[in-house]
Amino acid sequence: MTHLAATASTIHLPHVNYVSILPILIMMGGALLLLLLSSLLRRIISTGVCTAITVMTSAAAAVAAIVQWDQVLANGAQTTIAGAVAYDGFSVLIQLLVPLALGLTALVADGYLKREGVVGGEFQVLAMASASGAMVMGAANDLIVVFLGLEILSIALYVLAAFNHRRAESGEAALKYFVLGSVSSAIFLYGIALMYGATGSTNLAKMAEFLARRAVLSNGLLLAAMALLLVGFAFKVSAVPFHMWSPDVYQGSPSPVSGFMASVAKAGAFAALLRVFVSSLATQRLGWQPVIWVLAALSLLVGAIVALNQQDVKRMLAYSSINHAGFILLGVDAADARGISSALYYLVTYTIMVIGTFAVVTVIAGRQDRATGLLEFRGLARRQPVLALALAILLLGQAGAPFTTGFLAKFNVIEAVVLTHGYTLAVIAMVSAAVAAFFYLRVALTMFSPVGEFGDGPDDDVPLDPAALVGAATPGAASGVTTVPPRAWSAAMPGIDELADAPPSEVVEARGKVPVPPATWVVIGFCALFTVVFGIYPAPLVDFAQHATLLFI
Amino acid sequence: MTTSSFPYLLLLVVIPALGSLLVAIWPRKSVADWFHEALGVGVSVLTLVMAVAVLVVFKSGVAGYQLASEHAWASGLGIQWSVGIDGISLFLVVMTGLLFPVALLGARVKRDRRAFVAWVLLMEAACMGSFVSLDLVFFFLFFELTLVPTYFLISGWGYARRGYAAIKFFIYTFTGSAFMLVGIVALAFIHRSQTGVLTFDLVPLMHTHLSGTQGVLLFCAFTAAFAVKAPIFPFHTWLPNTHSESPVACAVLMIGVMAKMGTYGVIRFDLNLFPQACRTVAPVLLTLAVIGITYGALVACAQRNIKVLLAYSSLAQMGFVVLGTFAIDPQGVTGGVLQMVNHGITSAALFILVGWIYRRRHTWQIASLRGLQASAPVMAGAFMLAMLASIGVPGLNGFVSEFLVLLGTFEAHRWWGVVAVAGVVIAAVYFLWTYQRVFQGAPGPDDATTSDLTWREGLIVAPLLVLIVVMGVFPKPVLDRITPSVDRLVVHVDHVTHTDLPSGLHGSALPALHSSALSAQCSSTAVSCHPATSATRGVAR
Repeated sequence: MTHLAATASTIHLPHVNYVSILPILIMMGGALLLLLLSSLLRRIISTGVCTAITVMTSAAAAVAAIVQWDQVLANGAQTTIAGAVAYDGFSVLIQLLVPLALGLTALVADGYLKREGVVGGEFQVLAMASASGAMVMGAANDLIVVFLGLEILSIALYVLAAFNHRRAESGEAALKYFVLGSVSSAIFLYGIALMYGATGSTNLAKMAEFLARRAVLSNGLLLAAMALLLVGFAFKVSAVPFHMWSPDVYQGSPSPVSGFMASVAKAGAFAALLRVFVSSLATQRLGWQPVIWVLAALSLLVGAIVALNQQDVKRMLAYSSINHAGFILLGVDAADARGISSALYYLVTYTIMVIGTFAVVTVIAGRQDRATGLLEFRGLARRQPVLALALAILLLGQAGAPFTTGFLAKFNVIEAVVLTHGYTLAVIAMVSAAVAAFFYLRVALTMFSPVGEFGDGPDDDVPLDPAALVGAATPGAASGVTTVPPRAWSAAMPGIDELADAPPSEVVEARGKVPVPPATWVVIGFCALFTVVFGIYPAPLVDFAQHATLLFI
Repeated sequence: MTTSSFPYLLLLVVIPALGSLLVAIWPRKSVADWFHEALGVGVSVLTLVMAVAVLVVFKSGVAGYQLASEHAWASGLGIQWSVGIDGISLFLVVMTGLLFPVALLGARVKRDRRAFVAWVLLMEAACMGSFVSLDLVFFFLFFELTLVPTYFLISGWGYARRGYAAIKFFIYTFTGSAFMLVGIVALAFIHRSQTGVLTFDLVPLMHTHLSGTQGVLLFCAFTAAFAVKAPIFPFHTWLPNTHSESPVACAVLMIGVMAKMGTYGVIRFDLNLFPQACRTVAPVLLTLAVIGITYGALVACAQRNIKVLLAYSSLAQMGFVVLGTFAIDPQGVTGGVLQMVNHGITSAALFILVGWIYRRRHTWQIASLRGLQASAPVMAGAFMLAMLASIGVPGLNGFVSEFLVLLGTFEAHRWWGVVAVAGVVIAAVYFLWTYQRVFQGAPGPDDATTSDLTWREGLIVAPLLVLIVVMGVFPKPVLDRITPSVDRLVVHVDHVTHTDLPSGLHGSALPALHSSALSAQCSSTAVSCHPATSATRGVAR
């Protein structure tokens, strides 16, 4: 550690400002408490109690974060524990966001675990441990601490991915995630080593100071270090081309875990990414910005385009989260205060939306998480209108529809990137948003499409006139104008036509209402309301994100 | 800019929005089958009352924005709720207020009425919002918000290939607006770099200095969105699919109201923000408009499906709006604004009548209808009136606006005007031919039993027909309110571009000329002309 170098003879214990790490301590304490309880008590703790402990721990951590916020407002941003932990608005925001996401996930998981008949507190212990890792990453001001957080986050997640041991895909997902994840961790660690070689420190503030004071003439080492660090981060946030794991893992993992991965893991990784690159490597911007540019553009396009063809909703959401990662990378690419605040705002709103979406997917999927195909959503609006409406709001929010939080999130990052002259990237982002809107709406359309009826059309007694349809669909043909023939269009995009216009499948007829546990209702309702209310009245949330950025080290 | 203590414009948006929510959450079980529809109609009528109230308190002869108000929304991002209304948007608002209850009453659906009404009301809120917003981001928000209800209306209540049509419509319009959003942010950025203030408010942004290239690029970004929405010629390919598959009410509202958002956007934002670029690009847009007029009319001639025919005819009609706008001349722009309103009214009447024919006969095919005027004379009469207004027969509303557009175009860009006149002639061909095929001739067995309009249907379409005649015979009150704002706009464009007017037209000669031209036009419709134009023009100078 760096302070050892400074004080050669005696070991000084650094002053620890415990309030600055209070939420993390609470979270870890909650995990340990539950672990102890479940191993010491004679009989197995019921899922409800475990959930209650997790939710209360999350709430306590969130309250601690609010206390921190007041302190930071009063005292300003600072570092603590020998400069290894940042205590600023940015870190507090993550300390608030992660417990919130964990609490929501725990409520969803409650219903899931009961449905799957899983007993014991392991799930919640692992989730709390993983969340504490994300919180450490949010507060880390030293590359070693970042790595520590990354590993705490990941190792728990590897196990969580495998949690449904009755399902082969779950094990496959976990193995894939573990193998690729550990390789990326190794690469990240090597990046830290090289960074230490290049700058003489792993402390972010000292690195920044070193790089600001002198010009690095032969910067090969530095560039290699940045590249390796970026690979590690890009893997965690699943940015293209380091995204290969995420569709399989999202699809295979238990649905609440997929939601957790898409929200908490990404929040932690992005928080560290922003702090390491935008803040401490700001002077080296010219070195890393082009790479971020490419990562962002690829994630935006690949995420949106590949998602078009997915028939499994969880897989589609995995690609959609790749697309979202691209949007957040826009904020990183802008690399200024507005960029950070826009990325934070995006993270907050996206976290809520994605947890809500996966909550709905969890209940629809049914036992063993089997029913995640797009067709399972057909006619949902008929069977459970409120559930369908909530999912529609969440999907529209992710698509960036007006008067949802998603719109301002996208607007914000695009504004940030345009203000730094990134017009090309902004246009790519908007085009990808247009493409992405399509697959979100496809789910919405599937839910709302009435089963087997032809709308307001031929009044039941009159059969459809195929000639009339052809004439109506290809009006250009009559006038010699070449319009794209609808069939060719749909052949290029398999699934659209079939879903929109095909007769219903038998699966749907057999499906009745899916049971929605009350706790899951709370989550879905909260997420949908959050998306709409802060979409219509965004000022508090926007101000919070900007405020958090101003109090940035 | 005048403000008002009573939030008229806010209510125009909030009433239908809350109404939509109310309809959506009101439980179905406890009430009668018709309840949600009645509630929806009530809300839309209340909105209409509010729109008429706006019309009443609107001060004639004032050019600036009236009833304006501003509130912080996301102040950190420079976005604020800023609304106002002037002569350009006034009648669009009133027309929107009128068409929604008419569409709800005139084109009812058979199933799931609660959701249908809720979506329609949400669409009304979005349309109203985009016509009154003066903040670019809010305009964009409302502009985009219209897509959501439209998408669900088409996919939920459309005809056989509704899913395809809905998605095609959505992708086209969303892609267009994607460019506009980047354009909006870029413009705000340029403004910030010049003044240090980050704002999206139209009024300060009007004074941003743009280089020629910047202006043209931004103009293209904005116009991409507007051109798809309107639609302007090469961006119209979504139009036939969407309109053949969309439910009648949705077609009425898309053609009648939402299409206007595109051309309104061109007038309100393109002309105000990028005057120089508008001048530069005007020949291109004029050409596209003329192509749209003639091409739309020619393709309409070839249609067998009457609904698609109407869709192509509105491509031609909207071409006149674009033509008038890019003539950048007081008469042309006034004609364009008036044409938007007129086309909204006539096309709504035509679509609703065609929808009623469908109700009776279950077909859109012209070939399977014949001689309907024997069995349904009132319907034939109503159709004839709306059709003649579309063609632009003197004495009906379409004539006034098309004449003004052509007059303005002839003055500024003669040859485009010459070609556009051909479009009027072709319009007469396809409309009269359609009338001939559908309503005249010897009726077949089905045609002879087709029932005429009921008194209820007659009442629904009557306000539109009355307006067609009244605005054709006596357009003065409408023009009095439109022209000051248009004059101010054109003066702004002239001022920014420093374009020298043709020699001999400087100074005092100019108002006199316009005044005489307008009286020539007015006398042909048997009304005396108003002096307001020349007066306000003089003041504005």
